[in-house]
Amino acid sequence: MELAIGIILGCCALGAGIAMIAGFGPGIGEGQAAAKACEAVGRQPEAKSDVTSTLILGCALAETTGIYALVIAILLIFVAPNIFITALKNGLH
Amino acid sequence: MKKTLRFKIVDVLLIIMMILPLLAGIALRVMTKPAEEGITITGAMVFKSIPAPLQPLLISEANVNSWLVMLTITALVFYMTHGIRAGVKCRRTLAAEWIVEKTDGLIAQNMGPFFREFSPFIAAILGLSAFSSLSSLVGLFPPTSDFSTIFGWGLLVFGLITYYKLKGGAWNYVKGYFEPIPFFAPLNVIGEIAMPVSMSFRHYGNILSGSVISALVASALGGLSRSVFGSLAETFPVLQVGIPAVLSVYFDVFSGCLQAFIFSMLTMLNISGGFPEELYLKRQEKKLARRAKRAGGEENKAKTAA
Repeated sequence: MELAIGIILGCCALGAGIAMIAGFGPGIGEGQAAAKACEAVGRQPEAKSDVTSTLILGCALAETTGIYALVIAILLIFVAPNIFITALKNGLH
Repeated sequence: MKKTLRFKIVDVLLIIMMILPLLAGIALRVMTKPAEEGITITGAMVFKSIPAPLQPLLISEANVNSWLVMLTITALVFYMTHGIRAGVKCRRTLAAEWIVEKTDGLIAQNMGPFFREFSPFIAAILGLSAFSSLSSLVGLFPPTSDFSTIFGWGLLVFGLITYYKLKGGAWNYVKGYFEPIPFFAPLNVIGEIAMPVSMSFRHYGNILSGSVISALVASALGGLSRSVFGSLAETFPVLQVGIPAVLSVYFDVFSGCLQAFIFSMLTMLNISGGFPEELYLKRQEKKLARRAKRAGGEENKAKTAA
């Protein structure tokens, strides 16, 4: 029983860590967006406010996949172990 | 304009109505929340569960807090428009005008003239989302960090988008799934279902991650001050003063307002993007022509009968 619970907890933690690998994508994407925004401001300083608002909106959209990974990781750490452990206990008895 | 006594009394009542729900929320939280040691990250507390056929209906902290936020916003709106009249400029009238003008401008910029009537809805979503996220500043459980609240909004927006897509005709709506080639139909259906989920996950994840990181940092600072200052930290939290507030400026204020803006922006763009305007106008024209024809036919009948 203890071994099973240990395996559940450890695998949940591992899964959360692996899920957060997805942080690569949004990081690179948002970096690209920011670089392009810098270029745009350099070329057209008078359009700075437009560029900034578009950049913020675009960054928030590009963040989506990262946020998915984060939600999955948080669920794996705080929610999933309880569910699995109760299921295990119910299954044993 | 001179303020009468009655006006002032109503003003004070409205201000009390604005603050009272927040105080009630804080009192509720203090009364029902068990004392905790160390780090705990839990979802919304469930106050009451009503048996229902599919699964029990839960009245949770998030529901109650969102109702309280709605009450606060309602009182705020009444306060801002209290004693409003043409030609008289006072501070609250100007603020109310600014809000209306800004939302109207957003609608005009992003949705076009057909959707002019949408600005109250967008302003309501924006205000509710922003105030819900900001309610964590007074110590309430923010309703937006509970997934069911935001998924409800997402479903509402999804219903609106489908309604406006159907305005171009049911056949066109179905045909839209089989484009560019029929092979893509399952992918298109999945994309359609993913839209409300992704919209609500984005908002929920941002607010939730903010509160999780804040809790982690606060507990880490507690441990640090206990190990550095020893017995002093038992009576006075040395490092927890002020430092979490700096994080809160980003995670609660900036992130909350930004997500509210993005949610309403996506709502606007999706609704106006899915609406087939040309088709709708064509259908309206056809309908009008048919009606005119029928009316004309009846007129002719009446003439021949006469």
